[in-house]
Amino acid sequence: MKRFDPRLYQIGALTVLLLYGIFVLHFDVTLFRAVLLVGTAIATQALCSRIRNVAFDPRSAAISGLSLSLLLRSESIALLLAAAVIAVGSKFSVRIKNKHIFNPTNGAIVAMMLMSHRVWVSPGQWGNIAFFGFLITCIGGLVVNRAARSDVTYAFIIFWSALVIGRSLYVGEPLTIPFHRLESGALLLFTFFMISDPKTTPDSRAGRILFAALVAFGGWYINYRLFRTNGILWSLAGAAILVPIIDALLPAARYRWRAETVSAAPQPHQLATAA
Amino acid sequence: MPKRSFILIITLFIAAQAHAFCGFYVAKGDTKIFNRASQVVIVRDQDRTVMTMANDFQGSARDFAVVIPVPTKIERGQIHVAEKALIDHLDAYSSPRLVEYFDPDPCTPVPPPAPMRNAVSEAITVTGSAPAMRAKSLGVTIEAKYTVGEYDILILSAKQSSGLETWLTENGYKLPNGAAYVLGSYIRQNMHFFVAKVNLGEQARLGFNYLRPLQVAYESPKFMLPIRLGTVNANGAQELFVYAITTRGSVETTNYKTVKLPSDVDVPLFVRNDFSPFYKALFTEQVKREDMSAVFLEYAWNMSWCDPCASEPLSQDELRKLGVFWLEAGSNVFLTRLHVRYDREHFPEDLVFQETGDERQFQARYVLHHPAKTGQCEAAIAYRRELHQRQEREAENVAELTGWNVEEMRRKMHLDTASVTPAEKKWWEKIW
Repeated sequence: MKRFDPRLYQIGALTVLLLYGIFVLHFDVTLFRAVLLVGTAIATQALCSRIRNVAFDPRSAAISGLSLSLLLRSESIALLLAAAVIAVGSKFSVRIKNKHIFNPTNGAIVAMMLMSHRVWVSPGQWGNIAFFGFLITCIGGLVVNRAARSDVTYAFIIFWSALVIGRSLYVGEPLTIPFHRLESGALLLFTFFMISDPKTTPDSRAGRILFAALVAFGGWYINYRLFRTNGILWSLAGAAILVPIIDALLPAARYRWRAETVSAAPQPHQLATAA
Repeated sequence: MPKRSFILIITLFIAAQAHAFCGFYVAKGDTKIFNRASQVVIVRDQDRTVMTMANDFQGSARDFAVVIPVPTKIERGQIHVAEKALIDHLDAYSSPRLVEYFDPDPCTPVPPPAPMRNAVSEAITVTGSAPAMRAKSLGVTIEAKYTVGEYDILILSAKQSSGLETWLTENGYKLPNGAAYVLGSYIRQNMHFFVAKVNLGEQARLGFNYLRPLQVAYESPKFMLPIRLGTVNANGAQELFVYAITTRGSVETTNYKTVKLPSDVDVPLFVRNDFSPFYKALFTEQVKREDMSAVFLEYAWNMSWCDPCASEPLSQDELRKLGVFWLEAGSNVFLTRLHVRYDREHFPEDLVFQETGDERQFQARYVLHHPAKTGQCEAAIAYRRELHQRQEREAENVAELTGWNVEEMRRKMHLDTASVTPAEKKWWEKIW
């Protein structure tokens, strides 16, 4: 029997989170803006597909639009829409060996933050409600299992926790401090929905674990040595640049979404399917 | 709906009841001193930061001493004393406010608007210094010792918290339990400290009978406020007001949720005389709803103007005295007022901030509507009916915001009868 596309789970999960964020946590985003973002992302996908002459598939674009609605904040609708265009456009334009480099959402957020002071990410918007952490973990867990790249997520959680807890132990802070940091909704969202993207992580398991370690260390360094915010977002973008090198050193079969057809993704490697 | 004309603005200030710094008190002798609240102004652009800390310490000045952690090594000259009026003005300018409207008589509508504003006091800063050095002991180095205004300042660097603790104890400071543990983790993070205590002679000479705010300027990527020391000897929750003055837009916490307080809500007339208890209850209720885990936004505004003005914006001179160092460059001055009630359980880590590009204005604003004295015209009947519905909504609003009993609100508003307002006629009743 044909299995359900993991991206549909992800779209469902992100939609639930977004609605929860808008109506319960009062995120600084309106439903109208979210719809506009998702619409722009899908429209960009349609346009790029036509230019590249590949089959149109709105699913990844919808995920990018939803993720941007969850993460990126700005007063300016134009800047948000620009982020959606960059997110989807980068999949088609920033590629090495027929693989796109940046996780679309992450790449767009970092690019926008580099270009403008008028956009920002609010890592505190989720609060630290345990129930919510639990919920997001469960939903996220479902997605990564389906996407068959849970190894990168688990590796990242282990490295990140070790660094955050290790630092607190080193400086003599009570454990309530690192636990408070780990309870963050923004961290869980990143771990389960962004770093797990099978299209932009290294192809081999060893490579993915190395990648998770690099992202964790980079993010930790930015947050706790340079004292800047959103370390993991910057770090993921930085580590993504190294993925072609990791793939060259540790080669393996390329991941493909189960629903992808040969004509939609003319890639030499065959699939590592959802387990 | 009758048109309401805007006539008068009343501003009632919530006295930001400050009792302490963000550091902890080290009481000399056995006097029990609790720190309950503090006001901190953080002026920041890039990594340059000027922090001003105010308190309304109630004990004897003889007992006052405070240990303040700072992210970088500091030198004499980086510590300063400010006028309390500066923070009072900033508080007044950004306080939650009550505005008042008068309904026009539905029979004879009237228009005249005229806002009322508050006067502003000027501020002066006085400083002085007297250097002194001491030998190293216990791994504690006294980098500098001098007098600024009414304070004796000791800039310390320590390698071990035990050394610092011993030194403070030997020098007559009484440390609360657990303080050394927190100091130790700050030392490990390369934080530095200064101790300020009141020089009674200088205080008498200068003629102040209250403690003026201390200021410290430093350059560090750390955009944070150390609150952990403040929770060490706290008896219950504490209040903290943070006024962040930046160039681009509002400031929020990155490790706690920042929540906008409910604003622009119609409230009953009795709130005019009870605004203080109303706002306190409102704040307590919102804290409860967020499980005491959020930081609240009370005000966010470009300081070049205000509407309505609870107090005039600060003058250039006042801003400069607060440490706004970019005035000549002509950049924006954006104020964010955050209010947090915290304890160790709900706020285990220090507050970490970020400046966003969000320039949207926000103020915690509550609205009163005075009913019109109506005549007997046709419009008056409709007006009275709407008025009753509005007052009912106001009772519900205030109950919802504060957690007060809605029946109690209705009683206070004398909303006793349905007789005041005959129910609106059904459409078919109007036919015949």
